[in-house]
Amino acid sequence: MLAYIARRFLILIPTLLGVSVIVFLLLHLTPGDPAELLLGERATPDALEQMREHLGLNEPIHVQYGMFLKRLMKGDLGETIWTRQKVWIEVKQRFPATIELSVAALFISCFFGIILGIVSATKQYSIFDYASMLGALAGVSMPIFWLALVFMLIFSLNLGWLPMSGRLSVGVELKTVTNFYILDAVLTGNGKALKDVLWHLIMPAVTLSTIPMAIVARMTRSAMLDVLRQDYIKTARAKGLSRVQVIFKHALRNALIPVVTTIGLQFGVMLGGAILTETIFAWPGVGKWMYDAVMQRDYMVIQGGVLFIATLFVVINLCVDVLYAVINPRISVR
Amino acid sequence: MVKKLTIITILLMLVGAGTLFAAPKSGGTLVFGRGGDSVGLDPAYETDGNSFMVCDNIYEALVFYADESTALEPGLAESWDISQDGLTYTFHLRKGVKFHDGTDFNANAVVFSIGRMMKEPKVKYFGKGWEIPPQDRPPEYWVSMEMDDILDSITATDDYTVVFKLKKVNAPFMANMGMDFADIISPTAFLKNPKEFIRNPVGTGPFKFVRWVKDDRIVLERFKDYWDKNAGPYLDKVIFRSIPENSVRFLELKTGNIHICQFPNPQDIDLAKKDPNLILPTQPGMNIGYLGFNLTKEPWKSKVALRKAIAYAIKKKAIVDNLYQGLGQVAKNPIPPTMWGYNDEIPGYAYDLKKAKELLEKAGYPGGKGLGEITLWSMPVPRPYNPDGVKIGEAMAADLAKAGITAKVVTFEWGTYLKRQREQPEDMDLFQLGWTGDNGDPDNFLAVLFDGLASEAIRTQWKNEEYHRLMIQGRETIDQKKRIEIYKKAQKIFFEECPAIPIAHSTVIWPAHKSVQNFKLHPTGSVRMKNVWLK
Repeated sequence: MLAYIARRFLILIPTLLGVSVIVFLLLHLTPGDPAELLLGERATPDALEQMREHLGLNEPIHVQYGMFLKRLMKGDLGETIWTRQKVWIEVKQRFPATIELSVAALFISCFFGIILGIVSATKQYSIFDYASMLGALAGVSMPIFWLALVFMLIFSLNLGWLPMSGRLSVGVELKTVTNFYILDAVLTGNGKALKDVLWHLIMPAVTLSTIPMAIVARMTRSAMLDVLRQDYIKTARAKGLSRVQVIFKHALRNALIPVVTTIGLQFGVMLGGAILTETIFAWPGVGKWMYDAVMQRDYMVIQGGVLFIATLFVVINLCVDVLYAVINPRISVR
Repeated sequence: MVKKLTIITILLMLVGAGTLFAAPKSGGTLVFGRGGDSVGLDPAYETDGNSFMVCDNIYEALVFYADESTALEPGLAESWDISQDGLTYTFHLRKGVKFHDGTDFNANAVVFSIGRMMKEPKVKYFGKGWEIPPQDRPPEYWVSMEMDDILDSITATDDYTVVFKLKKVNAPFMANMGMDFADIISPTAFLKNPKEFIRNPVGTGPFKFVRWVKDDRIVLERFKDYWDKNAGPYLDKVIFRSIPENSVRFLELKTGNIHICQFPNPQDIDLAKKDPNLILPTQPGMNIGYLGFNLTKEPWKSKVALRKAIAYAIKKKAIVDNLYQGLGQVAKNPIPPTMWGYNDEIPGYAYDLKKAKELLEKAGYPGGKGLGEITLWSMPVPRPYNPDGVKIGEAMAADLAKAGITAKVVTFEWGTYLKRQREQPEDMDLFQLGWTGDNGDPDNFLAVLFDGLASEAIRTQWKNEEYHRLMIQGRETIDQKKRIEIYKKAQKIFFEECPAIPIAHSTVIWPAHKSVQNFKLHPTGSVRMKNVWLK
């Protein structure tokens, strides 16, 4: 097992190298020049030249890539072009926000998605099945933007139950230690802040969870339907096990393998793809940060951010593979 | 009857005075909602409005701009003298001013703050000063305002007197000293950690920096030792919150979670007008959106009648009404009407299809024949002076079609657009672009945008000897009355020659909660909270 994990980590190196080459080439082949965008209408050729020189953009691409790799070897992702800050510090400031949001959304989507899937499968072709699958279809096709605005109008503007945007109310003080606000509130024993943070999390997390929830529900349903038709389920029923035991102990466990794969992939997508949700809810995470960086051609942010997200993606996939073995001992990890 | 009227008038005046002069109330937290985060907070190195609006409250410059114009007022300098030859500026500094870190503001701080932007610092301190560390990156505004060509040296002659020596006479120099890049910083705080100063700003302004949560908020609090005891700051705290989505920002204002909403969607302004809880601070922007010609190639270079034909064929009013959604005014000059030196006698090119067709014929292109398909470059991003370049381009193309001219709307990624436009390529005939003023000086529009003889970098590349002479004269004349005449004349030549078509000046409306008192929008887009209070 350990050897397997170590090997998987070794594979990370060529993967990341590949990612970095592709990102680097894509960035430098895409039209646009950070110096030009920084200076806007008032750019003079002199100022542009000085800025390009300063940013090292006048070097040939392979030299720039070499410098990037050299820094990377030392564990340095470089300095952002716009904010003149170490990239890893910027990541550290924003990543907890994205993780908090994605984990919450993942939790909501798994919990409800799996339950909906199971119930639909066990009551196939019932009203409930049709309703939940229609709901799932709606969930997949719902524009996040629209849904978020509807939530805001109902729950914030009209009912006043939930805060509209941001991570923390303006009047609430929270001493940040890890930048994971929930954790920080717990660590500093700040109950008021904890409630405020959770309240802020509800709407964006629910909004972000709709699509994965729908996907998980459909996946669970079809996997469960497959498993429920197997002979060993009949055997389990025949030997007099209760319905609940059959479903949860015998059927679900076997049905979970494809579901876990889906969840792992969805989590990866959420980490990098929460751009819309983060933008609408003014959630200061990586999605919005990366989007802005693309628009401003902040090469350093994009390179650093993509590498970071790629690493996470690989690690999550590894976790999923290890989970397989835990869920189903017949799959051995070698 | 007369008596009754008099009493009513007096009563009304009293009530009016009561509301006008209601004593400002101290305390409270004001939350300002904006579309994006600041990039950095070292005024010498910033280029964007979101950074400057925070700097506006932390730092101060030697001279201030007035509340709603760019007229100069004493700032950290109480007074100044300009030598006869216009080459020596002596600033007499305010005494008893402290930086937020407790150190004293004095002449040496001025020498350090401004001197650090010079390519080769030529500075002299009074007594012991500080060594100027190498620059983190080129100080953008300093470079693009060509300050190295203007300024020769800075000398502190005593604790509260600074002498600026210029290389050549430059009338806009004083106005430049009121811009954000010329803010005075605390040298002690800067030298503690020069690389981190952009995230730990220390100035003399009414508010001091407390905390910055990236992409979320910047918190400022009242500076208790602020030098001006006669006015604000009144607010305990000012929080700049980033809420990227325009409609969400407006909803936050309606809910009461923020006090001011920057750049709402135009359609939300109608909603704001109907909401009794909201007020609508408004200010004509100090900007111009224009349509330029590629003056490096024919036929645009020499055919004035053709240029004018295009100018008369475009329905500027329809563009302002429909695409600026009313948030603007039709332009007839390249400088905004709020700026001194504006020539209101210029008639402008009001839409006149008949005239356009006549001029086309005069230019040798009757009904547009012989012109072929021309390109109309339109910017891909909204700018303060142009809400939607491509849509406006399409509207212009439709207008031109009516005169018989076929124009194709072309667009590129923004950086590429800026770069290629400057190169004036063969495939560019007409282009949209614009400008937001920096310092309220007409030179900052008329020379920077249109005097092609001054530099290859001028984006319109219009080469007119007489105009060029006027621009130099304007820069070298200190007397503002004489300068007004010079710039009025320049606008007349501009109108006659039509090197570009002024389209519109945008208007800025930022809805605010009615509890916000004394908040004034500034033409430069700066946001000043010093005299703002909450009811």
